[in-house]
Amino acid sequence: MSYLKPTLHHPKLPTNALGLTRRDYEGSISTLCAGCGHDSISAAIVQAVWELSIPPHRVAKLSGIGCSSKTPDYFLGASHGFNSVHGRMPSVLTGANLANRELIYLGVSGDGDSASIGLGQFAHLMRRGVNMTYIVENNGVYGLTKGQFSATSDKGSKAKKGAVNTDEPIDLVALALELGATYVARSFSGDKDQLVPLIKGALTHQGVAFIDCISPCVAFNNHEGSTKSYDYVREHNEAVNRLDVFFDRTPITASYAPGEVTEVTQHDGSLLRMRKLHEDHDPTDRVAALNYLARHKAMGEIVTGLLYIDPHPEDLHDHLGTVATPLNRLDDAALCPGSAALEKINAALR
Amino acid sequence: MQKLSAVNDFVVKFANVNGSGSASANQLFAKSILRMGIPIASRNIFPSNIQGLPTWFEVRVSGEGHLGRRGGVDMAVAMNPQTWDRDIAELEPGGYLVYDSTKPLPRSRFREDITVLGVPLTEMCNARYTDARQRQLFKNIMYVGALSSLLGIDPAAVEQLLTEQYRGKEKLAASNREAFHMGRDWARANLPEIGLRLEPADKVGNRIYVEGNAAAALGAVYGGATVCAWYPITPSTSLAEAFERYCRRFRTDPDGRKRYAIVQAEDELASIGIVIGASWNGARAFTATSGPGISLMQEFVGLSYFAEIPAVIFDVQRAGPSTGMPTRTQQSDVLSAAYASHGDTKHVLLLPEDPRECFEFGAAAFDLADRLQTTIFVLLDLDIGMNDWLCEPFAWDDAKRMDRGKVMTAEMLEAGTTFGRYLDVDGDGIPYRTYPGTHPSKGAFFTRGTSRDRFAKYTEQGAAYVDNMQRLLRKFETAKSLVPAPIERKASRTTPYGVIYYGSTSAAMREALVGLEQDGVHLDALRIRAFPFPEDVSRFIEAHETVFVVEQNRDAQLRTLITTECGIDPARLVPILHYDGTPITARFIRAAIGRQASSLDVVPLRKTVP
Repeated sequence: MSYLKPTLHHPKLPTNALGLTRRDYEGSISTLCAGCGHDSISAAIVQAVWELSIPPHRVAKLSGIGCSSKTPDYFLGASHGFNSVHGRMPSVLTGANLANRELIYLGVSGDGDSASIGLGQFAHLMRRGVNMTYIVENNGVYGLTKGQFSATSDKGSKAKKGAVNTDEPIDLVALALELGATYVARSFSGDKDQLVPLIKGALTHQGVAFIDCISPCVAFNNHEGSTKSYDYVREHNEAVNRLDVFFDRTPITASYAPGEVTEVTQHDGSLLRMRKLHEDHDPTDRVAALNYLARHKAMGEIVTGLLYIDPHPEDLHDHLGTVATPLNRLDDAALCPGSAALEKINAALR
Repeated sequence: MQKLSAVNDFVVKFANVNGSGSASANQLFAKSILRMGIPIASRNIFPSNIQGLPTWFEVRVSGEGHLGRRGGVDMAVAMNPQTWDRDIAELEPGGYLVYDSTKPLPRSRFREDITVLGVPLTEMCNARYTDARQRQLFKNIMYVGALSSLLGIDPAAVEQLLTEQYRGKEKLAASNREAFHMGRDWARANLPEIGLRLEPADKVGNRIYVEGNAAAALGAVYGGATVCAWYPITPSTSLAEAFERYCRRFRTDPDGRKRYAIVQAEDELASIGIVIGASWNGARAFTATSGPGISLMQEFVGLSYFAEIPAVIFDVQRAGPSTGMPTRTQQSDVLSAAYASHGDTKHVLLLPEDPRECFEFGAAAFDLADRLQTTIFVLLDLDIGMNDWLCEPFAWDDAKRMDRGKVMTAEMLEAGTTFGRYLDVDGDGIPYRTYPGTHPSKGAFFTRGTSRDRFAKYTEQGAAYVDNMQRLLRKFETAKSLVPAPIERKASRTTPYGVIYYGSTSAAMREALVGLEQDGVHLDALRIRAFPFPEDVSRFIEAHETVFVVEQNRDAQLRTLITTECGIDPARLVPILHYDGTPITARFIRAAIGRQASSLDVVPLRKTVP
């Protein structure tokens, strides 16, 4: 396994609109196991941010604790990162977002971090509509502590040492839909073509965007009997649509038959084009998305794709009515009422 | 029977049912005395309940200006049948009982050694008002009227207060005035003169009458806080609410947009998480809570200490443990705040004595948090936080600017300044930080609670960890020179004995010192205002043979902190502890120190008092 990252790279690596190569979006070398799904997600994040030509330092990446939460060190090395407390990334990110509404916020979490210890914070962040991209790298298992079931493990799923899970799983996608998330997707770390556009759509979304990304754990949850293994997910993956993200009115190419495409223009001007792969699914209908999810879950399918999007979301700043200037840039004059105002207060207290 | 007789020096206690609208009438009573130039100290004693349970309001009138709770009651206004027996029993012999005499009570329900003053409040209200709520509310104003006659409150002061309170609601002002005069006129015609009198004085000066929670919130506004995340908990709730009120008034743009953000979080963990996230990103942020909240925030406070992220926590202490006595006061979070979290941690505590200092420290806490890049606790308690105190007016120097501490800017990075997030460049233990998004290619770092080197690179090497922990100690040393210094008050003569106190004990302590001098017990006194303790604290203790430490908790928490942190022999620090949930009194301190002092032979054989 490599422990050093080569500094040499091909002189003709493609550049984005900022003249940066993908290498400019990478981070430290990963310390995760070889073949870990999480590394594919990190690569997809690098690809998505690079393709969107976002200056890396305008992204703040935050996480909780766990294998997934280590990954922000492995992408966007020029961004500030914060590996916070187990299950509490949502509150830390909420605070960060309140302080500076101009940065792009990316929260990376795991199924233990978000569905067990942090379920409360996950729920309340969704309710508040914090403008962020929330990725759960979902492997159904505790990796760093070596193989315990997590709250997203399916009932009946088998652990590496043979124990069978008897608890009902928590479906974070269903919860996110229920709790008001305005961009809800599921993907698979083994399907980069699906994942990269979903991350791009999430990053451009001006509300809370949630991606549940199934990401097999090669060390503890990739065996026969697991429902989060590469093989199981490939067999049961039912993509509802294929997403493309554009910033101009790229004409629909001949390969898309009219009527099979849903288009949504987001607030920032980005165009989300979804090719339907599955029956009648309207991704702008929250209730339909919940129904669709429940129906297909009952059929034993893992539904992936962009399940729901509200093209005109509101975020926490809208709800609070804060000023456009980031709060962390307000100076004394904007914040301190001064001695004359204090004299008036004194007078009223006599 | 010897009737109590006093001018501008007595205690009136109102016994009410909560939710009955008595609070504003009692407030009117208190403020009208202040308007006569006579100092008062007032306290609410209330249950953890919204409606129907007993609640008391105690007003100590003190021409001498003593603001602590005195203990004892000279006049009871007994409006709650539920607590009648207790309220009567509490009266000093020779005291006065004012009650609603509409319904006759057997003689056995009274005491022989008090003066009973019945006013048919319900009868008068029922005759005058038809609406049930009005009957209830005006009963309160009516007893204020009766008291004004009995005690000699200037009716002009009451009328003026009503005019101010109901500005723009003339009808309400007029009906309140009417009820006030009904009570006053009835008392003048029917009640005898009593021995307790108010006489106009000039002892209030330009002082203000305000609660500590509102003062601390105002301090947060002046200190530049923009993010407040909180979870409702008595007795801190009114702090966050006051912050919102002041912000709405002072931080709203003409288009209605807000220069602040307040989130009522789902719990205390989320509150402190939001504070730490906001502070990490360069905003000034705080939370307000009480003991149980401090317990819940422990893990995050450790992160703030180790990752060096500013945070301000206002802890309005109440009696614990667990939910303890949620509406009673204590100073019992000293240790859990000072050493909050797992691992080796210690935190800065600020210990305001009254609302004036709540304001001052409330603002200063944000400069300290930014300068020291750590959590600053401001420890109020229910007594300061939820009671109106007479204190010096708030003051602000318009030349003052926020001290944002060591923040490396894009210009500095561009100029090639070395940036190591945990690099001690100035020898004070305080490194530079950068805000996220500062520079396209320089100054980014990965914040983590796990060990890292001076350049924020992950490491589990023991040497790097120790290096960092030692630097954190240097930073804590630096803090000693930045926090408010203790204030010493010398006895009138040289003495080998001293006393240490802090927070809301101050008022009672000052009064007790006067009494103890009269008893021949001379004490040098040191009021501690912050932790870590500046050198003055050790010096003070070294200069005395025995030092009493007066606290409102069971376990002598500040004493423990002093012995641990200053390496003092515990035998030299004698604890004086009051922890029944009521505010400490001068009487208690005087008696407790007096007892200890006689066993230590502090009292000279021949009393110095002639």
